[in-house]
Amino acid sequence: MNSIILLSVLGLGNLFLGFRRSNRLLLPVMMLILGVVLTVNFIDWNQGAQSFFNGMLTIDNFSVAFTGIVLLTALVLVPFSQKYVLDGEANLAEYYSLLLFSLVGAIMLVSYNHLLMLFLGIEILSVAMYVLAGSDKRNLRSNEAALKYFLMGAFFTGILLFGMALLYGATGTFELSQISAAVQNPVNASLTPMLYIGMLLMLIGIGFKVSAAPFHFWTPDVYEGTPTFFAAFMSTVVKTAGFAAFLKLLVQAFPAASAQGIWLPTLTAMCVLTLLIGNVGAVAQTSIKRMLAYSSISHAGYLLIALVAYNGQLEGASANGILFYSLAYSVATVAAFGVVKLVADARMREDYNGLNGLAKTNPLLAFSLTVSMLSLAGIPLTGGFFGKFFIFSAAVENGYIGLVVFAVVMSMVSIYYYLRPIIAMYMRDAEDETTATPVPVTTFQSGALLLLAALTVLLGVLPGLVAGVL
Amino acid sequence: MLTVLLLLWPVAAALLLHFFKGRAARVPALGAALVEFALAAYAAFTFNANNTGQFSYNLNWIPSAGIQFAVGMDGLSLLLVLLTALLVPIILLSAFRRNFENESVFYALVLFMQTGLIGVFTAQDAFLFYFMWEVALIPIYFLAGVWGGVNRARITFKFFLYTIIGSLFMLAGFVYLYFQTGPSADGLSAHNSALTSFYSLNLPVDTQLWVFWLIFAAFAVKMPIFPFHTWQPDTYTEAPAPATMLLSGIMLKMGIYGCMRWLIPVVPLGTDAWQNLVLILAIIGIIYGAIIAIRQQDVKRLIAYSSLSHVGLMIAGVFSLTQMGMQGASIQMLAHGVNVVGMFFIADAIERRTGTRNIADLGGLTRKAPVLTVCFLVLLLGTVALPLTNGFVGEFLLLAGVYQFNAWMGAVAGVTIILGAVYLLRMFQRVMLGPDSSFTETFTDLTGAELALLVPLIVLLFWIGLFPNTFLHLSEGSVLNILNEVVKR
Repeated sequence: MNSIILLSVLGLGNLFLGFRRSNRLLLPVMMLILGVVLTVNFIDWNQGAQSFFNGMLTIDNFSVAFTGIVLLTALVLVPFSQKYVLDGEANLAEYYSLLLFSLVGAIMLVSYNHLLMLFLGIEILSVAMYVLAGSDKRNLRSNEAALKYFLMGAFFTGILLFGMALLYGATGTFELSQISAAVQNPVNASLTPMLYIGMLLMLIGIGFKVSAAPFHFWTPDVYEGTPTFFAAFMSTVVKTAGFAAFLKLLVQAFPAASAQGIWLPTLTAMCVLTLLIGNVGAVAQTSIKRMLAYSSISHAGYLLIALVAYNGQLEGASANGILFYSLAYSVATVAAFGVVKLVADARMREDYNGLNGLAKTNPLLAFSLTVSMLSLAGIPLTGGFFGKFFIFSAAVENGYIGLVVFAVVMSMVSIYYYLRPIIAMYMRDAEDETTATPVPVTTFQSGALLLLAALTVLLGVLPGLVAGVL
Repeated sequence: MLTVLLLLWPVAAALLLHFFKGRAARVPALGAALVEFALAAYAAFTFNANNTGQFSYNLNWIPSAGIQFAVGMDGLSLLLVLLTALLVPIILLSAFRRNFENESVFYALVLFMQTGLIGVFTAQDAFLFYFMWEVALIPIYFLAGVWGGVNRARITFKFFLYTIIGSLFMLAGFVYLYFQTGPSADGLSAHNSALTSFYSLNLPVDTQLWVFWLIFAAFAVKMPIFPFHTWQPDTYTEAPAPATMLLSGIMLKMGIYGCMRWLIPVVPLGTDAWQNLVLILAIIGIIYGAIIAIRQQDVKRLIAYSSLSHVGLMIAGVFSLTQMGMQGASIQMLAHGVNVVGMFFIADAIERRTGTRNIADLGGLTRKAPVLTVCFLVLLLGTVALPLTNGFVGEFLLLAGVYQFNAWMGAVAGVTIILGAVYLLRMFQRVMLGPDSSFTETFTDLTGAELALLVPLIVLLFWIGLFPNTFLHLSEGSVLNILNEVVKR
């Protein structure tokens, strides 16, 4: 709760900094805010469940852990916005404030206990994202991205709301635990069609937000057009919060066997489709940003496995799997988008060949992107390996062997496209003047990249630090 | 604790190496590798051959999943750790002969890989084993991919894909076995992945039949056994000489060691059922590798195919499930490591001087370089398994083991020695004897430093050949333990 209040207040305060002519204060202040909120967030660790607003929000270890991930992700992402500071971007204070507000939405998503809060969280998160997607106002692609994201997002928000309304009609409540009780109550048997349609519509609504197939069509276009800095935010924070919310919904509102009979096959189908489309789609891409967009779809697929395989309680193997996976995924994705942004800013191109010879001109960038690609591919020594390992073993334990086999085959496919940037950087030579000149990187960004690589390796060597904390 | 030191030292040294740039990194890198060798030698001297499982260290790595950081050495592990610790300084020395870009990174990767290799040979926990297995892969991918030949991107990609897909199957097998085990010792997890728990699983035959292939997939690709070998000749040829030495000298032993430690005792009934098939594949590999080697024009490629042929014999020995076969494989791993590294070094020395590896372009080196000729001949005769050399001891035991299992297979596998003599002597004749060519006119003999590098290899070659018991003694206990696990069921 402290983090929500702090973020809102400091976010507002941050806006006033924009009145100053100079941008130089903004970045350090932003990092300070995030650092403070991150620290404050962990005050609530192991304090038991605390309810707020008549039980609409619950802060427990689950929400603290996921809040920690989204805040940490934002904190390590912010250094890559330094170009805005250097270029004297006029609206930087607004951008930062929007990010802070969207984090409030993300925190609501991981701690909601009431569908109203779920809806508010999604909207707070999304509206900020709609604006930020179009923040590169003179770029047509950015405009396209914002419009696409907004139109599609608004449409799916409608579906989500419709689902909630039907659920309310069937159960008479928005409270998760009461929904769960109503679903199991045989008195409501006649209302089940309405209930299940409501539930399915909600799955579709959230499925859109985490870009699960077949509701993923917006992802590549939006990621490509959105300024890279904000695309990184979308593919990490939004996804992490979305999956935490997804898990809460399934575990706390629909644990009943009868409800599971409906959502389990639906999610399994979505999962298989997401893995297939994400991985096969990524193979065909020539732009790294689009590849990363498809890769983020495929990772939604791996995370869906954890949802399918959850074993009854909120803080169990699945939640731990999602927690570890989102952390490893976020850290690696931030580094990947960070490097792609730095290279794209300097070389004005986002295809694989733009990376040629990067190992010679910028060894640090090449190393950092390599670590993050290996992590996303799930190669040992990186956090991504243990993320997949925990999720897959939770699924095997609950008997989803076929699904895991399919996911393993898909991750073999993924090795192909994750190795392509590595091959370009290390095994090909620069093709022209622009690719032969080093990409400018500030010390600040180098530090952030080193930190991200170190975190990825740390998660890959000592997974016990995070595994099983819930 | 010594094992942990052996594991941590190379990776620590690799990290520290970043403070040195270019050539300045040579001395510290070599120093680090020599310290590692001293540690391994100390381990060998204090090792008690009557006892298995020494220098053990356990740490609760992932408590919530019952996964331990458990390492330790028995005689078999020790042999391979010694081999690794011995070959790495030699491989580093051989790398000094060439000028690389970013030398310090190159050496750091070699040392980093050493940690992975030693980890594979000492891991006592299935997931730690898998982890180390991949830790060894990542550096060699970059070594071969960044510093390799013209087609390196395509070829190392194939190598990476082959091996990683193989090892994912192994991981799947381990995960399956993991869920069959009982709770961990501390009770925090419902399952554990210790080697000993895998040994005591007693799975039904039907299960073992397919689990065998899951685990074997990784080893089959790594060794490689026919028909999973297609990545090997290309990768050996395209990789820079030090990487080729690492691949052939040490890395392929990971597969053979894996079979002995993580496959045969874990799924003995599965092994029993597939034994004949594996032996047939291994023997096909022996003959196939040898016949193709006869037709090779490229020295490096020829040695690569010869390595394929020799590995086939080691696999056959291991899967004969006889004491002689397994002991033969243990000592032959050592012998092959020594010989193949020496051979690749000579090939590299010739290529550095003449700029070609093409047999047709070479000739008449004997007159120009008598020292090189002697060294080459000794290493070659070791590979051909002439008595008094290391190859003889290993191949004799291996063939005896295979013969014990099945006389016909033994007879066919024995052809390897004849064919080996054919292609190796043919190469020697074309490269060293005969008239000069335009490439070899200005050929110079080995320098003192190069000779210093070959001497330890040649000493070891004769040592193993004359006093094989020094090493056979070490691995005997481990081999008997492995066979015990098989016989028990």
